[in-house]
Amino acid sequence: MSAPLLRVDGLSTLIRGDGAPVRAVDGVSFEIAAGEVYALVGESGCGKSMTALSIMRLLPDAASIAGGAVELEGENLLALPEVRMRDVRGRRVAMIFQEPGLSLNPVMTVGAQIAEAVLCHGDMERAVVDAKVLELLEAVRMPDARRRMAEYPFQMSGGMKQRVMIAIALACDPDLLIADEPTTALDVTVQAQVLELLRELQRSRNMAMLLITHDLGVVAQMAQRVAVMYAGEIIESAAVGAFFSGAAHPYSRKLFESLPDRAGRGRALAAIRGAVPPLNRKFEGCRFVERCDHALPRCAGVVPQWSAVDGRHQVKCHLYEQDRPDIETAVAIDVASPLPAAAPAPGEVLLQVKGLKVHFPIHSGFLRRISGHVMAVDGVSLEIAAGRTLGLVGESGCGKTTVGKGLLRLVEPTSGEVKFGGEDFLALSRAALRGQRRHVQIIFQDPYASLNPRVRIGDALEEGMIALHAGGDPGARQARIDALLAEVGLAADVKTRYPHEFSGGQRQRIDIARALSVEPQLIVCDEPTSALDVSVQAQILNLLKRLQRDKGLAYLFISHNMSVIEYMADEVAVMYLGRVVERGAVDEVLRAPRHPYTQALLSAVPVADPGATRPVIQLAGDLPSPVKPPQGCHFHPRCSAALPRCSSEYPDEHRFSAAHTSRCHLYD
Amino acid sequence: MTAYIIRRLIYGVFVLIGVNVLTFALFFFVNSPDDVARAQLGAKRVTPEAVEKWKRERGYHKPLFLNEKSTGIGRVTETVFFDKSVRLFAFQFGASDQGRNIGYDISTRMWPSLAVQVPAFVIGLAVYITFALLMAFFRATYIDFWGVVLCVLMMSISALFYIIGGQFIFGKLWNLVPISGYDSGFDAIKFLALPVLIGIISGIGGNARWYRTIFLEEINKDYVRTARAKGLSEVRVLFRHVLQNAMIPILTGVVVVIPLLFMGALITESFFGIPGLGSYTIDAISQQDFAIVRAMVFLGSVLYIIGLILTDISYTLVDPRVRFS
Amino acid sequence: MMPFRFEWLWSDVLVWLLVAGAVGLALYTRARPHLRAPWSRVARSPSGMAAATVLVPFVLIGLLDSLHYRAALPSSDGKVIYATAVRSALDRVLEPLRATREKTYSAPFATHLYAKETVQLPDGREARIYPRLRHGGAHLADPHAERGRDVALKAFRGLTFALMLWLVVVIGVCAMRARHTAADIESVWRGIWQGRSEVPWRAVFCALGMLFVVIGPVIALAPHYHVLGTDKVGQDVLYQALKSIRTGLVIGMLATLVMLPFALVLGVMAGYFKGWIDDLIQYLYTTLSSIPGVLLIAAAVLMMQVYIENNSELFPSTEIRADVRLLALCVILGVTSWTGLCRLLRGEVLKLREMEYIQAAHAFGVSHWRIMMRHLTPNVMHIVMIALVMDFSGLVLAEAVLSYVGVGVDPSMISFGTMINSARLEMAREPMVWWSLAAAFVFMLTLVLAANLFADAVRDAFDPRLIIAGGRP
Repeated sequence: MSAPLLRVDGLSTLIRGDGAPVRAVDGVSFEIAAGEVYALVGESGCGKSMTALSIMRLLPDAASIAGGAVELEGENLLALPEVRMRDVRGRRVAMIFQEPGLSLNPVMTVGAQIAEAVLCHGDMERAVVDAKVLELLEAVRMPDARRRMAEYPFQMSGGMKQRVMIAIALACDPDLLIADEPTTALDVTVQAQVLELLRELQRSRNMAMLLITHDLGVVAQMAQRVAVMYAGEIIESAAVGAFFSGAAHPYSRKLFESLPDRAGRGRALAAIRGAVPPLNRKFEGCRFVERCDHALPRCAGVVPQWSAVDGRHQVKCHLYEQDRPDIETAVAIDVASPLPAAAPAPGEVLLQVKGLKVHFPIHSGFLRRISGHVMAVDGVSLEIAAGRTLGLVGESGCGKTTVGKGLLRLVEPTSGEVKFGGEDFLALSRAALRGQRRHVQIIFQDPYASLNPRVRIGDALEEGMIALHAGGDPGARQARIDALLAEVGLAADVKTRYPHEFSGGQRQRIDIARALSVEPQLIVCDEPTSALDVSVQAQILNLLKRLQRDKGLAYLFISHNMSVIEYMADEVAVMYLGRVVERGAVDEVLRAPRHPYTQALLSAVPVADPGATRPVIQLAGDLPSPVKPPQGCHFHPRCSAALPRCSSEYPDEHRFSAAHTSRCHLYD
Repeated sequence: MTAYIIRRLIYGVFVLIGVNVLTFALFFFVNSPDDVARAQLGAKRVTPEAVEKWKRERGYHKPLFLNEKSTGIGRVTETVFFDKSVRLFAFQFGASDQGRNIGYDISTRMWPSLAVQVPAFVIGLAVYITFALLMAFFRATYIDFWGVVLCVLMMSISALFYIIGGQFIFGKLWNLVPISGYDSGFDAIKFLALPVLIGIISGIGGNARWYRTIFLEEINKDYVRTARAKGLSEVRVLFRHVLQNAMIPILTGVVVVIPLLFMGALITESFFGIPGLGSYTIDAISQQDFAIVRAMVFLGSVLYIIGLILTDISYTLVDPRVRFS
Repeated sequence: MMPFRFEWLWSDVLVWLLVAGAVGLALYTRARPHLRAPWSRVARSPSGMAAATVLVPFVLIGLLDSLHYRAALPSSDGKVIYATAVRSALDRVLEPLRATREKTYSAPFATHLYAKETVQLPDGREARIYPRLRHGGAHLADPHAERGRDVALKAFRGLTFALMLWLVVVIGVCAMRARHTAADIESVWRGIWQGRSEVPWRAVFCALGMLFVVIGPVIALAPHYHVLGTDKVGQDVLYQALKSIRTGLVIGMLATLVMLPFALVLGVMAGYFKGWIDDLIQYLYTTLSSIPGVLLIAAAVLMMQVYIENNSELFPSTEIRADVRLLALCVILGVTSWTGLCRLLRGEVLKLREMEYIQAAHAFGVSHWRIMMRHLTPNVMHIVMIALVMDFSGLVLAEAVLSYVGVGVDPSMISFGTMINSARLEMAREPMVWWSLAAAFVFMLTLVLAANLFADAVRDAFDPRLIIAGGRP
């Protein structure tokens, strides 16, 4: 084999903090060949981004490289003086980041920002530079490139900003592109566009790429080789084909099994118990030992070394030190205790939403007159039966969260009807609504924002019971808190502690316990797992399923994640620009989507299978502004199957089965 | 945008009305004009006639809000409130309690004030930003550390000591410049040099440290990392990217004070004997000339509001996000 | 029968209430780890702890000076009559400094007056000489020959005693740490000197050592000499400087504290309710802050002066009048600093009200009042804390400027401002009278610098991203 383009050897990076330094990257070694796409995959906090920043020597002030070598074509980058390192950055190694919104200078035109990258490795005439900038923007398929050069980042959508970032990275034809979670902040249809673009550019320029991601689906679509990181070190490394057909490390296997999907609907997901150990201590043995189902006695005391599974498939696990262990069977058995199939036959309708509208006024002019409305939710109708889950799915900005908050009147709806047990929530006074609040509760997306840092857990759980006069006298309330905590899998002593002591997953459990404290019949779950890692997500999804089974709860499950919806929901409603475009039982809608938008959305979801050859339906352009939605069908400007009348009439509802309806002129 | 500026202007007028009502309450309700007259005339044994005479000479003898004795519009206009408060809106400052024409005084005394304040402001801003950029450039080194220590030390020294020390060293010890006084035309330079210098030095500590905080806040943002990832030099990152973004918060603090430069620097002017509005105000305070104090309060508020509006306008110049929305 | 009667001035009451509040808050914080955490970060900051060490004697002096009493006069008929003069516990301690009044100026350590006077010699002739001081160096028979030696000796004695005391403190702390951590004293000592201890004791010891090195000789010398000279009316400058501390502390702390409830209530309400309540509160603080600070203060103080002059019967003694003026000044300063804090709090609450835990509370139908009390106020208290300590030094500096302008404290009250103001007039004198200025400079610089460093440590510990622009008159 020829010499690798990039060789990282024993790289260690420390982050100084209050206590002992955190070993964010701890002896990481890998090689990337020229033209190869190498994926570094792992959950948050495993050190994958720090590895990338260490290679570029762009670490934040608090972090520093403690040891190891980073060789680019045999030259140790860590030994270069800063001035020489600048020539490496941009010209030989370029990088794109996770947050395109924050990664561009807000007060500089994008043209100037790209020009800077073009210019910084050699002087050129202005006209040449402009031509080159235009060429780059066209290379990243920026629509209307010439006009966009003079625009500022805030005038662009997230996907376009990421294209600009890519253009900057390509400015000097680097040999290696480091892409740090390039699509995590983007919607799934935009992600599909950007991934497609990256793949194409990588192939046509024969550029090596270090792809950093937490998403196995993205790895499957993009990479040739993959390495799994856990707690600061690489624990498995393999070719993508070998990895996806037979991941070796117990942690890697768990990652696959904790992915929710439709096939797993009937059973519980495999969750990894516990949490990643803190990285500010020394490890005597395997870092995964406390969470591993196959731990051997020596795992706790001896640090595992590389063992070959076969060929270049290597793993750091004691199980593989002799010949192939019987782990195959061991892991196979493990495939989670089955959960009895949920969902009894649909019961009576619990909540009925009709024509819900939430419009936010826009004031302008010198008298601050209302000049328009953001039509966040524009006539949504839904039904949820007792004990069932309705999945509400859509991309960011489609208004799905506003639906959830609107029906609880956390934002005031403009019009419509929210009927629950014969009462119309929207017609009640604030005081009368209070009496109804105990029936419908909500859990939130951000576990770090959903608990008041100054209120003890016990008091937080008690607050709702006090406010709604539920749960009886103080003694009974305390007993109820203990029961609730046990129900969500937390010890009773939790209640005297403060939120900062808990991890994201634990906070989400507390959040669920708080919602349960007033015994609601319906819970609005607003993206409850999108801030969590997949293994923790699996714990929370399992918990929600179990609670539903035990208590007959109904959920309005709001998510942008198709796989989670597939796993959780009984019925699903797809939203686009404030309106529901397709509704039905989850099997019908997701297996045989009728609306072109649903079809595009489903095709864009990356699948964790490198062999999958599904065409991705690319959507043109970006989500239009909800201030001025397009005439007729909202989706028609981006729809490849649009008919002439799509631009003039809003389509009627078409019924395909008892539950499956869609609004599209194709079925007129 | 224009609509926004007009709205701010109208809001400013309302604020001015508030200021006016507040000052009127302060000057005429806390103590009645009779009380003021008695206090001004000294002892308690003043005769009611003397009080009446004092009030009449200064126009405080009219009723506060409504003149029953007058007719027509005069019922409202021939009052203390109209004379002393409403007329301010037309910049009719009237006469001081000592009988001087305040409007005239202001128009002549603002020039020496500006002669000190404008150079101090412009040079000062350049110096503070330079210092702050230097500290930000050498962040997390000893230069930065001792720079911050120096800043904290300098901001812990009272402005009075800067003036006294400066006068002592430059005026008395080295005899470089006259200690105090003022002259017209170019001769003023020798009188202005020291107050300008001291004005700048006394502000270094607080301002340089504040700007440094703003720069560091910007330096830690993601787009700066992008700029470095392009291979830009640290100097270019600092000047092209950080400075441009940091100017936005700096502007908020800076533009608003520009109109207030007219008002002069109180202590500096009085120490250096510069016949500007600052020393005018100080003299008025020590002579308890309430008419001048009222006029200066009003003028100060007007200038502050102009400063607020200028700040809004300057945002549109430096921040495209404001300009295009 | 008590030989004295306590005289509680208004500012004394507030000062001691503040102390009680601080103690209560400390006890409350001790029991709550999440509240304690930022304070333990303060305790780990070397500059912060050194500054705190320096601040302690200032605070002690200020508190001692806030215990006022009137002494009982000796009387024959058994009826107790109290003196009209109000004294403080500090006056009692500093009696040797207060009572040893000279005729006029004298330089530090001088034995003779600064100005020539015509005196009658024993032989009946008149001569213009520098007369001996009544108290400064009065114990010396031949001042010219003996003074240098005497000063050095006394200073050395004071220094030795101070260093011994310092050593006792250091060993005591090490012994305590050693018992606490079950290590031997020597290793604890080494740990501290190599800067490895969690609380930076090294910085504390250094600051303490410097304090002792200064204070020791001064204590030894002060009863015999005017260490910092005397002023125009012959009063000891050291005494004046020490008395100024309380004025500075009271203004620095009470001014923000007086207006704190308003800033907190209005700021939280504006941010939480938005709409017309917000508009109204914003209008209020825009109006107030549009008036240049010094002018607003000047106008208010001038009007207060008129009021006091016209209602002098309300204020039975000079001390009470001066005290009321001091408090009024605090309130007026508070009114001008209130707007900044209110704006900060409003901004923070605007962010907080969108937090999901607030929405969760809404989903439970929790009342507005409870949400503000339970969820919002506790989460902005760190800003209040930072504002409180950051404002302190600015207020101390402002006092000096305002007193110079003539709208500060009562002229009869000793403060840094009045000290500078009276000393400034002697600037032109040849040779210069520099010691009053120097004393005010050193004391103010030490106090303000320590306060600034401590405030920085507090800010870094509570919320390093909070930018509070400085800048006062």
